[in-house]
Amino acid sequence: MRYQFKTSYDRDIDLFGDAAQRNWYLALLAVLCAAPLVLEQFWLGELSYVFILSIAAVGLMLLTGYTGQVSLCHGAFLGIGAYAYAVLLQRGVPFFVAAPLASLITAGVGAAIGFPALRLVGIYLAMATLAFNFIVEYVFVHWDSVTGGFSGFAVPQPTVFGYSIVDYPLFYYLTLAALLFALFVANNIMRAPTGRALIALRDSEVAAQSMGVKLTRYKTISFALSAGLTGFAGAFFAHKIGYLAPDAFGILLSIQLLLMVVVGGLGSFRGAIFGALFVGALPSVIALLRDFLPQSVARQPGLEPGLFGLILIGFILFEPHGIEGRWRKLRLFFSQFPMYRVATFKKQKSFTKSERFR
Amino acid sequence: MSQVIQIFMSGLAEGCIYALVALGFVLIYKATEMVNFAQGDLMMLGAFVGYFLIVGLGANYWIALVGAVVIMAVFSYALDVFVLRRVIGQPQFAVVMLTIGLGFVFRAAASMIWGANPLAFVTPFTDGTTSIGGAPIPDVSLSIVAGTAVLCGLLFALFQYTPVGVAMQAASQNQLAAYYMGIPVKRIFALIWAISGGVAAVAGILLAPLTLIDTSIGFLGLKAFAAAVLGGFGSIPGALAGGIAIGLIEQFSGVYLMDGFKDIAAYVVLLLVLFVRPQGLFGAAARKRV
Repeated sequence: MRYQFKTSYDRDIDLFGDAAQRNWYLALLAVLCAAPLVLEQFWLGELSYVFILSIAAVGLMLLTGYTGQVSLCHGAFLGIGAYAYAVLLQRGVPFFVAAPLASLITAGVGAAIGFPALRLVGIYLAMATLAFNFIVEYVFVHWDSVTGGFSGFAVPQPTVFGYSIVDYPLFYYLTLAALLFALFVANNIMRAPTGRALIALRDSEVAAQSMGVKLTRYKTISFALSAGLTGFAGAFFAHKIGYLAPDAFGILLSIQLLLMVVVGGLGSFRGAIFGALFVGALPSVIALLRDFLPQSVARQPGLEPGLFGLILIGFILFEPHGIEGRWRKLRLFFSQFPMYRVATFKKQKSFTKSERFR
Repeated sequence: MSQVIQIFMSGLAEGCIYALVALGFVLIYKATEMVNFAQGDLMMLGAFVGYFLIVGLGANYWIALVGAVVIMAVFSYALDVFVLRRVIGQPQFAVVMLTIGLGFVFRAAASMIWGANPLAFVTPFTDGTTSIGGAPIPDVSLSIVAGTAVLCGLLFALFQYTPVGVAMQAASQNQLAAYYMGIPVKRIFALIWAISGGVAAVAGILLAPLTLIDTSIGFLGLKAFAAAVLGGFGSIPGALAGGIAIGLIEQFSGVYLMDGFKDIAAYVVLLLVLFVRPQGLFGAAARKRV
């Protein structure tokens, strides 16, 4: 069993908990960097898709997991990022300028929607963001001159480092680098005063306010940062799907992103990545499973969304802390091997916490 | 003039469907503080059950209506007992995700049982028209409006004059106090789920002649949700007014505004209203106890 002794305040805000954790992450990074040597292009594509989803999930985690604001419009943010990026590319802006610019534009839209949405709580916020998602979809369809309307347009493919951007393994490394960058940014925000303020206002708005956290300011910041990260993911998403059309960024994508965050485990960036891995890999797994199922079941059109729903229900009923919660339990099980007690993670008591205003 | 009356009536009919689904949301929310995103999918299941009773078993329309209400009520009761009761104590967000998941499962189940093709059944109202103010109005629209009015009257009587209804009001005002007074709160909550399942079945069957039945009509629930929020979540008159308002806005914007705006008019209005009044039109002013 290992204890973490924190001997200075700096240790408390270190990026990694201890040396062992850092070494494990470096080892994982080394494995990921070496992956193109052994994997075929198809699997590299799947992995980079997961990386892109992870960036978006990290963005949503910042807002939903750490600030406690539900958002049903991150699919729209991803779309705004993708469209802004592709349109910039069309106008001849180079890749290394277009991607950050797209992220900035999305952050601006996020702040613009976040600012009036601040007065809304709980279900009203969910509904307002849902409405925003539909409106953005409408704009994509009807702003013909820029978005190409309902039929959309193909994403230009710029040259980066002398190769076309969609070439593997270049695209794989680019998405990996983007994910690392997003994680670095998000983690740094969370260990800075801004992040602490976000967590405080998630846990109790009244308490945070009386400690001097300006709610308006920090909620807007959280919305903008979250949208910015998701827009950044949108730039790569545009290349991954290759052809932008409005129906790719509907409410279902927003729900999928929320699913990643919940299944991964709220309140942890590692959870966001677990969730993205899970949701990204699920269609392939179902496709594999199809071969083993009887024909009558395997050919049902509703199989995939049905399984999605069942998994979501299962997680909320049996593992509310998501994959991340399960991961922590597993780790504790091995680190104190014969002494593990189930009761360690047991909730003390459960009751309905009223969110109603009386 | 007659065109305006026609648009008004079709908006009213559409709005009544939204209002019925929104009513289901609000009943559950008022009592249990759960937000049921699967209400639209319950309505879809209700329509399919009605189809099964009428076309599959050859039942009379009215018998099928009652039968579908009973089946959906029992189904919703069981849903509460076996699934939703277990998430008590988890944040509201978890319930939202859970019901979104349930919606996915219902849709998948319906498409496995009844197939993905749209279905239809014949009702006593199909194809008939009645003239109001010189404008021919389809009987289907009238049946929806009348059905909604009757159902609202019944529910009002239930909540106001029966012991069960009063117990439901008590449980939704203060769970603990109701429990101390000997009200079986758990069973009352399950009964509320049953009622909103029944309301969903009525909405589904009334809607069926207006559109065809397929698995996607559950998405109508999203607009009904907008209606409930517009009226102020947790207010029954608000849900009815919000639903009818959204139905009217949709129909009129579909005729008088630009192409395709009909689909998002409801959401635009919702956003505008929420930015001005964050608690919806009829919602109580938000003041949180610390």
